[in-house]
Amino acid sequence: MSATIDTRHNAKVMNRFELTKLLVAKLTDEAVIGGIGNANFDLWAAGRRPENFYMLGSMGLAVPIALGVAIAQPHRTVIALEGDGSLLMQLGCLATVAARAPRNLVIVVWDNGIYQITGGQKTPAAAARTDLVAIARASGIVESHWAADEAEFEALAARALGAPGPWFIAARIDDKPAVTQTERDPVRIRDAFMRGIGSRS
Amino acid sequence: MDQPAPADTASTAWKDAVFAALEAAGVSQVHYVPDAGHATLIARAHAHPRMRAVPLTTEEEGVAACVGAWLGGARAVLLMQSSGVGNCINMLSLVRNCGAPFLTLVTMRGEWAEFNPWQVPMGRATPAVLEAMGVAVQRVERAEDAAETVDAAAALAYGAGSAVAVLFAQRLIGRKVWK
Repeated sequence: MSATIDTRHNAKVMNRFELTKLLVAKLTDEAVIGGIGNANFDLWAAGRRPENFYMLGSMGLAVPIALGVAIAQPHRTVIALEGDGSLLMQLGCLATVAARAPRNLVIVVWDNGIYQITGGQKTPAAAARTDLVAIARASGIVESHWAADEAEFEALAARALGAPGPWFIAARIDDKPAVTQTERDPVRIRDAFMRGIGSRS
Repeated sequence: MDQPAPADTASTAWKDAVFAALEAAGVSQVHYVPDAGHATLIARAHAHPRMRAVPLTTEEEGVAACVGAWLGGARAVLLMQSSGVGNCINMLSLVRNCGAPFLTLVTMRGEWAEFNPWQVPMGRATPAVLEAMGVAVQRVERAEDAAETVDAAAALAYGAGSAVAVLFAQRLIGRKVWK
């Protein structure tokens, strides 16, 4: 994790589904909040877990939802999975997270620089070469990192699951669509999640 | 000092009673975008040993965080000003779709003795947009009704799984002054 490689343009372009599978394989009882779009679909495809909340509402809400869960259950690690376009809608949440500094919160961002689900239009951040990890670090989240490649993504995920956060891990990904789509029944999804993390029996 | 104390800090008794109602309802997360009318509640929440007070950058975060709190088994409240209600509209889909309880306390602008024209349109629209998104609206005009209304709203939210907004009238908060 040298400073020389920890910028967006030095990171390898990887595949979201492959990375999602690597992440899910490491999980035990962690809660995962999947943000709207392909991040959510690939989380669904990587294997259903009762501790996953498949949020298909407004863009940018995965991190704030995860923050609420993380404060409610301080002994459980909570992961927010979000796309770059969604995070751009709610960048202020990074300062909110940094201020609260929940030790059990991990933010994972898939950055392909496009609004994939609406036809692959470039985000303004892609055009401007905005560096989301630099924003996260400047927002006060000290543990903010680009994953240089798959091996480093795995290493960062392992560290984030074992050491106090908050963590912000970003990976550059390709423009391949998700391999499937999430079921869209909010009541069923939230009920399964609440039972999965023990807030409902 | 010849000048009277600002109206929004002249009396905190009813605000303390509102805080006690939140405490009695088991609220453990207080998400807020500051407003002078909420200053007492915010200070009390930060000082409370069993509450977590979370300053936000926008009210939208607060809607999502309150739902997250509920998903995680906790009770939360969102404190904001009426202008912030406008920021929340789309996010309220999350509350409705999940059947989540939701309690927000809103200090009103744009009505009683408002001096800033920029506050008026959203203040006027606040009850209508909340109701359009399925949020029950309960308005408090008198200090003596505040705590009871919040207590009842909390019961409706956490007990009956409803989305409820309590609007504190600008007349109750007091004439707005910029310091």
